[in-house]
Amino acid sequence: MLTKEEELRLYEYDGSVETGRPDCVVFPGNKSEVAEIARLVNRYAVPMVGRGAGTGLSGGALAREGGVQVVFSRMNRILAVDYENQRAVVEPGVVNLELSRAVARAGLQYAPDPSSQKSCTIGGNVSENAGGPHTLRYGVTTNHILGLEVVMPDGETYRIGGAAVDAPGYDLVGLFVGSEGTLGLVVEITAKLTRLPESVKTLLAVFETTDDATETVAALTARGITPAACEMMDGWTIRVVESWIHAGLPTDAGAILLIEVDGPKEAAEEQAEAVVETCRAHKAREVRTAKDEREREALWKARKNAFGAVGRVAPDCYVQDGVIPRTRLPETLRRIAEIGKRHGFEVGNIFHAGDGNLHPMLCFDHREPGTFERAMAAASEIIALCVEMGGSITGEHGVGMEKDRLMPLLFSEADLELMKRVRGALNPAGLLNPGKLFPASKSCGEIRAPAMGRGPNELGEGVRGVTQR
Amino acid sequence: MAVEAKGMMRAMAGEAERAEYGDFARCVHCGLCLNHCPTYRLWGREADSPRGRIRQMFLVDSGEMAMDSTFVTHIDRCLDCRACETACPSGVEYGKLVELARGRIEKEYRRKGMARLGRDLFYRRLLPYPKRMAALGGLMRLVQQSGLQKMARSAGLLKLMRVDKRADLLPEIDRKFFSTETTRTFPARSARRARVAFFAGCVARMTFSALSEATIRVLRANGCEVVVPEGQWCCGALEVHAGYRDVAREMARRNFDVFLADEAGFDAIVTNAAGCGSTMKEYGLLFATDPEEHKRAKRFEGMLKDVTEFLDELGLTAPMRHVQMRATYQDSCHLLHGQKVREAPRRLIRAVEGVELVEMELSDQCCGSAGVYNVTQTETAMALLKRKMECVNATAAQTILTANPGCLLQLRAGAELAGKGQEVLHVVELLDRAIGPERP
Ligand SMILES: Cc1cc2nc3c(=O)[nH]c(=O)nc-3n(C[C@H](O)[C@H](O)[C@H](O)COP(=O)(O)OP(=O)(O)OC[C@H]3O[C@@H](n4cnc5c(N)ncnc54)[C@H](O)[C@@H]3O)c2cc1C
Ligand code: SF4
Ligand code: SF4
Repeated sequence: MLTKEEELRLYEYDGSVETGRPDCVVFPGNKSEVAEIARLVNRYAVPMVGRGAGTGLSGGALAREGGVQVVFSRMNRILAVDYENQRAVVEPGVVNLELSRAVARAGLQYAPDPSSQKSCTIGGNVSENAGGPHTLRYGVTTNHILGLEVVMPDGETYRIGGAAVDAPGYDLVGLFVGSEGTLGLVVEITAKLTRLPESVKTLLAVFETTDDATETVAALTARGITPAACEMMDGWTIRVVESWIHAGLPTDAGAILLIEVDGPKEAAEEQAEAVVETCRAHKAREVRTAKDEREREALWKARKNAFGAVGRVAPDCYVQDGVIPRTRLPETLRRIAEIGKRHGFEVGNIFHAGDGNLHPMLCFDHREPGTFERAMAAASEIIALCVEMGGSITGEHGVGMEKDRLMPLLFSEADLELMKRVRGALNPAGLLNPGKLFPASKSCGEIRAPAMGRGPNELGEGVRGVTQR
Repeated sequence: MAVEAKGMMRAMAGEAERAEYGDFARCVHCGLCLNHCPTYRLWGREADSPRGRIRQMFLVDSGEMAMDSTFVTHIDRCLDCRACETACPSGVEYGKLVELARGRIEKEYRRKGMARLGRDLFYRRLLPYPKRMAALGGLMRLVQQSGLQKMARSAGLLKLMRVDKRADLLPEIDRKFFSTETTRTFPARSARRARVAFFAGCVARMTFSALSEATIRVLRANGCEVVVPEGQWCCGALEVHAGYRDVAREMARRNFDVFLADEAGFDAIVTNAAGCGSTMKEYGLLFATDPEEHKRAKRFEGMLKDVTEFLDELGLTAPMRHVQMRATYQDSCHLLHGQKVREAPRRLIRAVEGVELVEMELSDQCCGSAGVYNVTQTETAMALLKRKMECVNATAAQTILTANPGCLLQLRAGAELAGKGQEVLHVVELLDRAIGPERP
């Protein structure tokens, strides 16, 4: 247990720009300790919040109202793997990639692959319903969770879901996955394991303009081709990334698509051909196929480290997370560029094109007066645009503290009320992860820019923290 | 310029060198480094993670947190293995940050009596002086050879003195030290393709002379004329890691004089110690304030090559025999994370016919050696070693290959204590074996 100020200050941040200092941090070693902690906390009526690796991008794991932070880093054992039925039972602190690594020898993987997978925990993934580049093919976390064991705010432990895919009764697992740690603490997870594909093909398609690239994505959908992953990077981002990572990306291109197809050997090859054809039909200047695992790794490294690379060119960079229907990609990107221009920014784009999950990036230096505010204003316009396009305010980073004020953009008061009733039923005193997900007061209809008025956080880097993805 | 001027003023005022705001601001606290950090993997605490350490250093630097024993403990526990640097997408130069923080600690923090005296004695009074180190070496050898160590151990004396495990981790002293008293030149054994200077190292000179000789043999067999210039001594790595930056600067200057003076000029300065190489490739950081010295440091950096990197670039030409071996390769942190050299040693290993290279899991995680870490933080080092040996054992390899003397020692202890008695070799020792004995 940590209570000294200098120790607590190491738990007041996560991957986001927000901060919130707990009064005490505990590291339970097993589920009965978690239950014990919950009972105590409940008795003294102090707030409590769970924390995995603290890679969250919306401040979900922060103790917004102080209280006890329950860190799951010690509960990191893989308890059982049932190879035949392709299931694993794990503690919540198991790191995403470690599970995939542990079962790789048996030709299996845990499919959801957020870009933070080398650090983030499965407990955190469950709470945020994390997705990743391969979400397009394999779905998000909720599609891979069979059962959970949860400790409720009063300290009672329940098992929900189980082995069967479609259990009778309410889908409580579905309710818990993505609840951002506001309903209960997850202490054990039964996850589905997926066969590693027999064959994987990774293609790089090069276009002169972003429009050509986004139209290709729409065309792929129209033709009924579902790649395993389909990521887009625009020209500006390509140049920034290539100057650091040297993956052989064409720096004079307008945009690239990184497309992966997988499956049985023949099917993958057939699909790859169809993808090449579609790209060519939409004015792709060049379509390359990664020759071997090394080339494939280089391409993905460029993709997964892209935000870090962007972080090197500007002191601050704010990455937004929004979703739109992919058929409206060309139009939305054009309008995002316009919004950026109006506020004096060049907007970089790198995102999960296949899902229409956008991550526009605004680069700036918060030490120049006024830029921070302009960036925030542009960011909220962009998010509003996503909603207008028929999309959502967050694709995968969650609402947390960052976007609670934006919820009314998406949901009516009645919708929010219903959600709050659910929370109220399971977390009646509201002491579990308070101050998240919902706007602070009911009348808060106005949209404030996230992090606005907060100024640069204590590391001093302004909003750059939200950049990573 | 502004940066330099500020540094200069601090140096003049006798203040410790500090990191700049921008160095810290690069860390966006994304947490992608956490699981690559050996100490975070061990304890799961932010305070012992790269992100948490950077945060603490920043808070101390900006005066928001005191430089107290808590801070010093967490910084001391860092291996300076720099796995976090490899993992970080934002390009945070963690090694530089922690070394500067340690410099500040040595200047401004008063360690407890014995610890301070011991550190000062070692870093200021012994390490910089070849003769004193030789005398110490001689003494240690006496203890090791005379059976005194065995006696002390069986009498439980070492345990009593709480150095039982540490004694295992200390190097065995050679009978005859590798000489650098006069300049020696070894001609290439085939048509000359390069002329290189060999950096022998300080502790390695007394404990790894066989490795040094093997390195020279392998270089010569591959067409290199090898010069061992006289007057060379320590690279300063241990001092930099411990925060004795002024001592390290002296070491560096001596090396500039020794290696940059040669009239014919060298194609490269070669070392077989990744830890030394990593520091010598960053000499520039020690001379940030003086443009002239900085220039010399940069020239030196440019010439320095790890022996595996150098041989890989040069290309192996020596005929090699078949060596039957199932081996696994442990990345030396300061080669992989410090110098970003990953493939070169692997390519060299694969070049030897008959060697089956089986990759272990987590070969990029520190074995716990980390300079003098295994002596100063023995328990943690042993815990890391135990995990390392689990990965090694899983490969069923009979030989562990690596690229740094410190790792060799640690892994040898590991093979004995928690392994299956595997043989532990430097990559050049494997090449030496494949090349075979020199024919007169
Ligand atoms: C570089 C980078 C890239 C990223 N890429 C992606 C991506 O591709 N896709 C994506 O979806 N996200 C991404 N993220 C966001 C983040 O990694 C995910 O949200 C991840 O799921 C968080 O896991 P964590 O273990 O770090 O959880 P934390 O950040 O510690 O916590 C997240 C939330 O989960 C709750 N929580 C944690 N453990 C438990 C538990 N056992 N019981 C109950 N509640 C719990 C916390 O209270 C909090 O609300 C990225 C983040 C970074 C920094
Ligand atoms: S050091 Fe790098 S990887 Fe680690 S938290 Fe900071 S930015 Fe992220
Ligand atoms: S240098 Fe090694 S031990 Fe130190 S913080 Fe980085 S990864 Fe951890």
